[in-house]
Amino acid sequence: MAKLEQSVPTINSTPINSGDNAWMLASSALVLMMTAPGLILFYGGLVRSKNVLSTMMHSLILMAVVSTLWLVFGYSMAFAHGNAFFGDPFKYFLLHGVGAAPDPTYAATVPSQTFMLFQMMFAIITPALISGAIAERIKFKAYLIFIVLWTTVVYLPLCHMMWGDGGLFNWALGGKIPVLDFAGGTVVHISSGVSALVCALVLGRRDGYPHEPMMPHNVVLSLIGAGLLWVGWFGFNAGSALNAGGLATSAFAATHFSAAAAALSWTVTEWLFKGKPSVLGAASGMVAGLATITPASGFVTVPAAFCIGLVAGVVCYLAVTKLKARFHYDDSLDVFGVHGVGSTTGMLMLGFLASATVNPLIGNTFHKNGVVVSLAGNMHQFWNQLAGVGATVALAAVATFLILKLVNVTVGLRVEREDESTGLDLSQHGERAYNE
Amino acid sequence: MKKIEAVIKPFKLNDVKEALNDIGIHGMTVVEAKGFGRQKGHTEIYRGSEYTVDFLPKIKIETILPDAQVEAAVQAIIKAAKTGKIGDGKVFVSTIDEAWRIRTDERGESAV
Repeated sequence: MAKLEQSVPTINSTPINSGDNAWMLASSALVLMMTAPGLILFYGGLVRSKNVLSTMMHSLILMAVVSTLWLVFGYSMAFAHGNAFFGDPFKYFLLHGVGAAPDPTYAATVPSQTFMLFQMMFAIITPALISGAIAERIKFKAYLIFIVLWTTVVYLPLCHMMWGDGGLFNWALGGKIPVLDFAGGTVVHISSGVSALVCALVLGRRDGYPHEPMMPHNVVLSLIGAGLLWVGWFGFNAGSALNAGGLATSAFAATHFSAAAAALSWTVTEWLFKGKPSVLGAASGMVAGLATITPASGFVTVPAAFCIGLVAGVVCYLAVTKLKARFHYDDSLDVFGVHGVGSTTGMLMLGFLASATVNPLIGNTFHKNGVVVSLAGNMHQFWNQLAGVGATVALAAVATFLILKLVNVTVGLRVEREDESTGLDLSQHGERAYNE
Repeated sequence: MKKIEAVIKPFKLNDVKEALNDIGIHGMTVVEAKGFGRQKGHTEIYRGSEYTVDFLPKIKIETILPDAQVEAAVQAIIKAAKTGKIGDGKVFVSTIDEAWRIRTDERGESAV
């Protein structure tokens, strides 16, 4: 999340720009729409009909749980000034002091409350993405405990490291290692993707996988969800400009063209390998293109974004087919293959493709030993990007593994075999999605 | 009395129904069925993962006829349902011992 205002007019004037605030509020709503109903429908359609409600609940309940965490200490731990790894959890405890006045550190022209809301929607959708890897077999109680711990131990620190004031990787606000991540390649997609893979490995495969057919019960729902994700992603990426200026438009364009390119390249790849261009494949390509462009969206030209999308469609297709089959893990809804692999690809390509013409701040903001260092595409920035990805993977993998082990010895991770066979809707929630 | 059971491809239902109508057979029961024979199943691909679907959708037509109509009816069904490709289906004929029409208490061939 770039610090976009170089000089902030604060003296004796109210600095709130209503255009910026309108766009940021709309973007906040768009990002929430990605979770509900976007992800809810996208994931809900991909599972079997006996698990559709439980899968939807995994996303829905986060709007309640993560919002509560955010209110109490989450925002403070992510965005208050602290050390290089996390913010002071007490500074904005219960959102004290987060009101109409802007916080020029992050967004000088909107109320700090707007910034808080926008960031909260990211914190909600990130653990929701993980739920795709544990679908159809996790105990609901275990899921809730996992999510609370994961958000606290993985999301909030990572968010602070990349975007928080003084965060280790924050190139604009005093970080030591300048990592470019415009809208959450590391914080949202790699963290959730890698954690999803660890979840799939620790929980084990669904009973019967891969011998029994486990086909999506309603591809139509998934397509509606994918469409909502694409639209919501404009808030996610273009909103990450934190104002309604030219950079927001540029990020909007990059987002769109990457999604288009990836839908195209996934479809062509599948057509060549399998003989038919599936509709779910095209939708999966779209999502792959969106996840891949996320870190790069505010730093690259439209042609570069299109190239990133083309690569995303092919790489993610290979990840969810070849890689998953080779290692026999049951990442049920392909969170790692699409979000983890996609955003890693985007983060690394960004090292070479970042453009100071698109985003002049990356050319003149970061200082090392008192000298300005440009972060525009070069080999050195590639290594910085790799360091950011590596740190994210390490934190997400280790913390997720430990949390899962802890949950397993306390309440147990998986439902009983009979309950899994009955379906989680009935065994965990006492409901069925389709009566009649 | 005989019972004819014909398992056919779903898209041939209308052709078969009209062929039977043309020879004066106006009653039948139709069941949406699933099954496989020599045709086996087909493959569906979701996100690159292939699933073999063994049971294919079929239509099963049942009709009970007086013995005199059976041969013509079977020939009409075969003619109408044939594509010449694998999976066209089968026709079975079996004997029916007795039949009643509930509304009128008629029994035997006049009831069917």
